Amino acid sequence: MTTVELIDSYWVYFLVGQYPNGPLGGLALTLILASAALVLAMPLGVLFGLARLSPWRWLRWPVTALVFVVRGTPLLMVIFWAYFFLPSLTGFKTDQFTTMLIALVIFDAAYLSEIVRAGVQGLDRGQVEASRSLGFGYWRTMRWVVLPQALRTMLPSLVNQFVSTIKETSLGYIIGLTEISFIASQINTQVFTMPAQVYLILGLTYFVSCFGLSRFAFWLERRQTQRVSLTDNSKVT
Amino acid sequence: MIRLEKVNKWYGTYQALVDVDEHIAKGEVVVICGPSGSGKSTLIRTLNRLEPIKSGRILIDGQDIHAKDLDLNQFRSHIGFVFQQFNLFPHLTVLENCTLAPIRLRGLSRADAEKEAMVLLDRVGLAHKASAFPINLSGGQQQRVAIARALAMRPPLMLFDEPTSALDPEMVGEVLLVMRDLARDGMTMVVVTHEMGFAREVADRVLFMDQGRVLERAPAERFFQNPEHPRTQKFLADIRTPFSSAV
Ligand SMILES: Nc1ncnc2c1ncn2[C@@H]1O[C@H](COP(=O)(O)OP(=O)(O)OP(=O)(O)O)[C@@H](O)[C@H]1O
Ligand SMILES: [Mg+2]
Repeated sequence: MTTVELIDSYWVYFLVGQYPNGPLGGLALTLILASAALVLAMPLGVLFGLARLSPWRWLRWPVTALVFVVRGTPLLMVIFWAYFFLPSLTGFKTDQFTTMLIALVIFDAAYLSEIVRAGVQGLDRGQVEASRSLGFGYWRTMRWVVLPQALRTMLPSLVNQFVSTIKETSLGYIIGLTEISFIASQINTQVFTMPAQVYLILGLTYFVSCFGLSRFAFWLERRQTQRVSLTDNSKVT
Repeated sequence: MIRLEKVNKWYGTYQALVDVDEHIAKGEVVVICGPSGSGKSTLIRTLNRLEPIKSGRILIDGQDIHAKDLDLNQFRSHIGFVFQQFNLFPHLTVLENCTLAPIRLRGLSRADAEKEAMVLLDRVGLAHKASAFPINLSGGQQQRVAIARALAMRPPLMLFDEPTSALDPEMVGEVLLVMRDLARDGMTMVVVTHEMGFAREVADRVLFMDQGRVLERAPAERFFQNPEHPRTQKFLADIRTPFSSAV
């Protein structure tokens, strides 16, 4: 079997798993999982970030503790918790996709909360004072003044977080989730004679997706700094 | 309208306000001046509770502003505050800066809020900049927008903390003119400023602060012609001829 034949016979399997005759898998599942995780982790990360900055101890302390625990834990551990511990706690067993999704959402939310916190703290104090002096309360100030600005500066970090998440989905392998790494190893077992090619293609696929997104993040960042310097010079009277 | 009774304020071990007693009547324009670090900003910021106080009382329209049952946000929305650094919201246009609070806090419809905001922007001479972003305005224009934004909540009282100190000299005038017109329309104003020309022409009374105390208070005319306290005399001499006193 040549590399061309390998690609020719397995590319559909690689991209979508057994779909439409079986469950969705492969690259499609990887991207869907990563997107869903980020979309769900985002609001949670904002809430965690705000909670960590909040003036109320009863809110700040538990969330801070949670964030520290999760950040000090390998994702693999979080996946094990979600896989073995969560069902015994809640009483019903979730499938691999949901398990992985829960683990990723918790893990990403903890990291995002730090990005949110930095974004909010980086904001000029005068912004909050202006808002409060108009009569906006704490939460409304966050909603209308702080977050819209903080999220904008966070955009490149968010894309980078998405890149990490894509790579993190590969850990779904260990609980038998048919994401792209799992599929690749299946192909490898079936073909048996071409491990180098199979894993090279897998590596390339990750690289292309992640590198493309990283460049996109870089471009976003550059555009932001450019816009600021551009408008600074064009002050009109 | 504003009454301060024995107000004391501490930053850690430093006493920033010492037994401040003052009464400001409705419609009055009061200028606060004094050397750097004398507590002018601290004083004006206690009036809308941006700074807490240690002891004493502040009453606005007879209401103790530190009362437990006071709705702080409601209370603040009736006091306009203009900052030295403008603090416009950079993610919003000029018009949106002026409509955000009326829409979200006064419950106006967008159309009504925009109509009102355009009247205010026209009043500060910036109706033609409604759709610009703050970063594309000069300092003087930004500060005028900040004044319009504060006015959009229809406050009966306006506080200004060195509104022209961050401006290039050629832009000071345009902001002071807007403030003068506001004063002529009967607005109650407390203004921290070193613009003595403005104080002389617009203020009803001038307070002189030093080391957390109000050392002198007098009608503007008398303040400039016959300052009583030696510190006031020195201060006025210094800002008249800043160079010679520095040498
Ligand atoms: N947040 C703070 N923490 C500690 N000390 C402070 C704080 N804010 C002000 N101070 C101190 O309180 C004193 C009064 O400060 P304030 O800002 O009211 O002076 P000011 O009269 O407005 O001066 P300036 O003309 O420089 O604005 C100063 O000595 C200052 O160092
Ligand atoms: Mg000051």
